Amino acid sequence: MKTIYFDNAATTPVRKEVLTEIMPYFSDIYANASSVYDIAAQSRKAVEKAREQVAKAIGAQKDEIYFTAGGSESDNWAIKGTADALSKKGKHIITTQIEHHAVLHTCEFLEKHGWDITYLPVDKYGLISPEDLKNAIRADTVLISVMFANNEIGTIEPIAEIGKIARENGIYFHTDAVQAVGHVKIDVNEMNIDMLSMSGHKLGAPKGVGVLYIRKGITISNLIHGGGQEKGKRAGTENTAGIVGMGKAIELAAAEIDETSKYLTMLRERVIKGITENIDFCRLNGHREKRLPGNVNISFEFIEGESLLLLLNSKGICASSGSACTSGSLDPSHVLLAIGLEHEKAHGSLRITLSKENTAEEVDYLIKELIPIVKRLREMSPLYEDYLKGGKAV
Amino acid sequence: MEYSAKVMDHFMNPRNMGQIEDADGVGTVGNAKCGDIMKIYLDIDENGIVRDAKFKTFGCGAAVATSSMATELVKGKSVDEAMDVTNKAVMEALDGLPPVKVHCSCLAEEAIHAALWDYCEKNGKKIEGLKKPVNDIDELHG
Repeated sequence: MKTIYFDNAATTPVRKEVLTEIMPYFSDIYANASSVYDIAAQSRKAVEKAREQVAKAIGAQKDEIYFTAGGSESDNWAIKGTADALSKKGKHIITTQIEHHAVLHTCEFLEKHGWDITYLPVDKYGLISPEDLKNAIRADTVLISVMFANNEIGTIEPIAEIGKIARENGIYFHTDAVQAVGHVKIDVNEMNIDMLSMSGHKLGAPKGVGVLYIRKGITISNLIHGGGQEKGKRAGTENTAGIVGMGKAIELAAAEIDETSKYLTMLRERVIKGITENIDFCRLNGHREKRLPGNVNISFEFIEGESLLLLLNSKGICASSGSACTSGSLDPSHVLLAIGLEHEKAHGSLRITLSKENTAEEVDYLIKELIPIVKRLREMSPLYEDYLKGGKAV
Repeated sequence: MEYSAKVMDHFMNPRNMGQIEDADGVGTVGNAKCGDIMKIYLDIDENGIVRDAKFKTFGCGAAVATSSMATELVKGKSVDEAMDVTNKAVMEALDGLPPVKVHCSCLAEEAIHAALWDYCEKNGKKIEGLKKPVNDIDELHG
């Protein structure tokens, strides 16, 4: 059976062009980029080329790009690094209720160390209100961290507006752009972004490489201590192959962004239309337009997400869900709860995330298989039975 | 997380899925908040033998598989013997469950007990060791 991969927000395969580019850096050009001999210069040059490629893609300067081991490290560094550097100025951070756990759990860690964190609520589409943000700012606020686009429901936050507010108030602004980079146009200057996290494996580079953009003039403490790599800001021997891959992948994504966005939006609309027109009692989560081109998140009433995923898997379809059972806890996705979904509906969510490798035929196959699967699970569901007996939809 | 072949078999081909009209005992446990609701129907003859058992479940793969297995295990048993269908028995019959899914097997045991309790209430009977069901997964599993 053919595998149809609809979980591109979880990870993506390394692109062929990227793989070709990085292969020499495993065993031919293996020298430590920090060494003095000639062959080390090749590694060094490759890393610096990647730095330029990344900088160009987000409108940054080359020396504002720092390579890390991934999106989670970048988020941790931006937040803990700011906290450590600015704790004398104040101990208040503003973030949102729908951040990735790399941000949320880092903030919770700081709470244990005496920090005050404001978690801004979102509306039913997952958008924060710039007014709420303004009202949350205090004299001791040192950081605003708002994700660029949400990983579950795809909602794109008003980043330029948030950046403007942060700048006017002299507060650092960090954005977790792991899901947005390569999919949405980003200009760190136009948007007044001070720090931006990205991850390689979400855009066709290998796992284990990420970036933190740090605007010149922004001072944060180190997270990883050790050698003098990355201008003494991030220790650890450069992951040359990963870094080269990051540079190549982001260069490709930036060059293709208009075309990819158009194609993914077309596929996305096909998924949304196909599901909502053929299946009762379902709703699209997230914003109708302000959303990532490749993201669909739909809740099906009366059924539970893990069962849905297992049955889709039996048809070769890979997708994800915000149900508790897929997170290993009793609570469903914090994002779906934050947009006001009842627990029942949050448990019954399905996330489809598309890439340019997906086709309209695959989307049609998904719809065709999904219809009987939802029907089957509803026939099994005591909630649906109650509803049919004259109760109401939960 | 990986399910055993038996769990997957009972999830993909659930036994006894459905409902029994005018069942002698019906038990519903769990709550939608936690993502698991199990409803078990028992058809019990005049000698106290479980003639038939059916289930309806809102929940994950393990919840469906444990419901399926629990109904299989109680069929043909006397109501006293049905008390032996514990969460451990259900789990063993399924070749185990991942640790985070153990609560599903507890739920299956609770659902059987709740259905037996309903049967006792309706018929003025008593089963040794049977306690009034707690219809809330939060209280059961904290």
